[in-house]
Amino acid sequence: MMMKWRGWALATGVLATSALAQAAPPSAAMLSNACAGCHGTNGGSAGPSMPSLASQSKEAIVEAMKKFKSGERPATVMSRLAKGYSDAEITAMAEFFSKQKLHATSQTLDKAKIAKGASLQDSNCGRCHIEDGKEGKDDTPVMASQWLPYLQMQMAEYQSGKRKMPEKMAEKVKPLSGDDLEALLHFYASVK
Amino acid sequence: MTLDRRSFLKLVGAGAGAVGLPLIGQAAELMPKSGKRVVVVGGGYGGTIAAKYVRMMDKSIEVVLIERNDHFVSCPFSNLYLGGLLPDLNTLTIKYDKLAANHGVKVVQAEVTGIDPAAKVVTTSKGTLSYDRLVLSPGIDFRLDEMKGYDDAAMEVMPHAWKAGPQTVLLRKQLEAMKPGGNVVISIPLAPFRCPPGPYERASMVAMYLKQHKPGSKVIVLDANPDIVSKKGLFLKGWKKHYDAIIDYRPAKKVTEVDTGKMAVMIEGLEEVQGAVINVIPPQKAGHIAHAAGLVGADKKWCPVNPTTFESTLHKDIHVIGDSSIAGAMPKSGYSANSEAKVCATNIVALMNGKEVTEMSAINTCYSFLSAKEAVSVTGVYKVNAEKQAIEGVAGSVAVSPDLSEVEAIYAESWLRNILTEMST
Repeated sequence: MMMKWRGWALATGVLATSALAQAAPPSAAMLSNACAGCHGTNGGSAGPSMPSLASQSKEAIVEAMKKFKSGERPATVMSRLAKGYSDAEITAMAEFFSKQKLHATSQTLDKAKIAKGASLQDSNCGRCHIEDGKEGKDDTPVMASQWLPYLQMQMAEYQSGKRKMPEKMAEKVKPLSGDDLEALLHFYASVK
Repeated sequence: MTLDRRSFLKLVGAGAGAVGLPLIGQAAELMPKSGKRVVVVGGGYGGTIAAKYVRMMDKSIEVVLIERNDHFVSCPFSNLYLGGLLPDLNTLTIKYDKLAANHGVKVVQAEVTGIDPAAKVVTTSKGTLSYDRLVLSPGIDFRLDEMKGYDDAAMEVMPHAWKAGPQTVLLRKQLEAMKPGGNVVISIPLAPFRCPPGPYERASMVAMYLKQHKPGSKVIVLDANPDIVSKKGLFLKGWKKHYDAIIDYRPAKKVTEVDTGKMAVMIEGLEEVQGAVINVIPPQKAGHIAHAAGLVGADKKWCPVNPTTFESTLHKDIHVIGDSSIAGAMPKSGYSANSEAKVCATNIVALMNGKEVTEMSAINTCYSFLSAKEAVSVTGVYKVNAEKQAIEGVAGSVAVSPDLSEVEAIYAESWLRNILTEMST
């Protein structure tokens, strides 16, 4: 009804001089900038438990937001905030962040673990987390340069069963030791 | 023009007689304006972001940020310092040098003493500045005429600590020096005020400190409101769990007078409550410069704005964001100010380039700590209801945590790191 009235007003020029008539729907930047208070300017996070969204795969963000919205993926604030956006708005934000430059985090990582992770990643994770985790197949998230504490929190949620592991991932993760997984996370966090 | 007497006197006094409102012509021009210029007043949660985002979106616009201090101390998380969870305020303090280096924001450390909306000139303690558009993010000031006896001297005895910095340090020192068994009184004003859950978080953090360090001491919370204003169920749950015998919450107790000699507060002339430490959070209004510039509406407290551009409905080309503005359903929080600043910056850049403005879309996310390891949050996505021309929360997004949460305490710390980094780099 609101739109109808607005459409009529626009067509008849009733609102020609008001701010309302001249306002375009929220742009991708308008929608996305609001996220930056928690995820950093242009999605480059400075907080170790908060994922960077810059350069994240568009499909992965869309998938995450849908699962936050439905409650399928465990969350605190994101399950509530995701409900504030339409599917089209989520897609626009996902596209905005996917186009931002990869945010190189400066964090303390273990060199031996990075080396071990590097030797494990290709055969175990590389089919989906392609290009050393700088890209993701389909809706697989980009892992490169992500904060280690964030990655560790997510892995813990997967292993506790709170967050559901994709089947292919579960197959690969099952035989790996806790040390192996930790090494893989150090590796992905180190990729710039 | 709305100009209360106190603000006017302050204004005239602050300029040392040289730069009263009608005398702008007498002050020297600080920086001559050549091209397009936005002047931002206030280097807090709103002002820093407005300045940075205008520059990020349009490098052809000169941006001057005026702030009276050379640093800013965050109110969010300052209650954790009172609770003893932070050793000092260093992690809550930002400087402005990187805003200048990274974005070319021209930072001027000066006190704004007057605004001439017709001439589009800001007068500061260092000289005048012309603007094309002005952004005011001055935070809050106190309605001291509603709190008898609460003057500058009384604030040194009964700190408000509602602007983070020396007042916060003073309150913590008083808590540390208090004899075990003494009571701490916290008075809460009628809403709306800066940071709706803030006073209740403060009660939690002070209670946590007393529980550890001051056996027998209590927190008496005198709330002018009929009930807890924000996150009620969660605060009550946390208090019952951790501070059952420590927090004495008393609703509908409006403190109207203080007596520093007796170390007591008076409730509407009916009741007197004494404390060993008294934290008076006074009733609030828009920053005094907003009053002086005639930007305050019929309520005589806050600034009405266009919900799409945050341009004042009272004076053209002046935008008001953050605590001072009337932003519909958005709470007066640091995150709201951050989000409003971006909406405002986006549309200022559009307007200055003769382009169509964009409908606002904003977020609030605000955490409160209940104990050393547990926090709760309130969230909301906000948009303009076009028919009502008012900012409203989007259904489903405005909600609080289901329970006290250790994970949220971890997220809260990253919230702080991110939002302060956004403001300072």
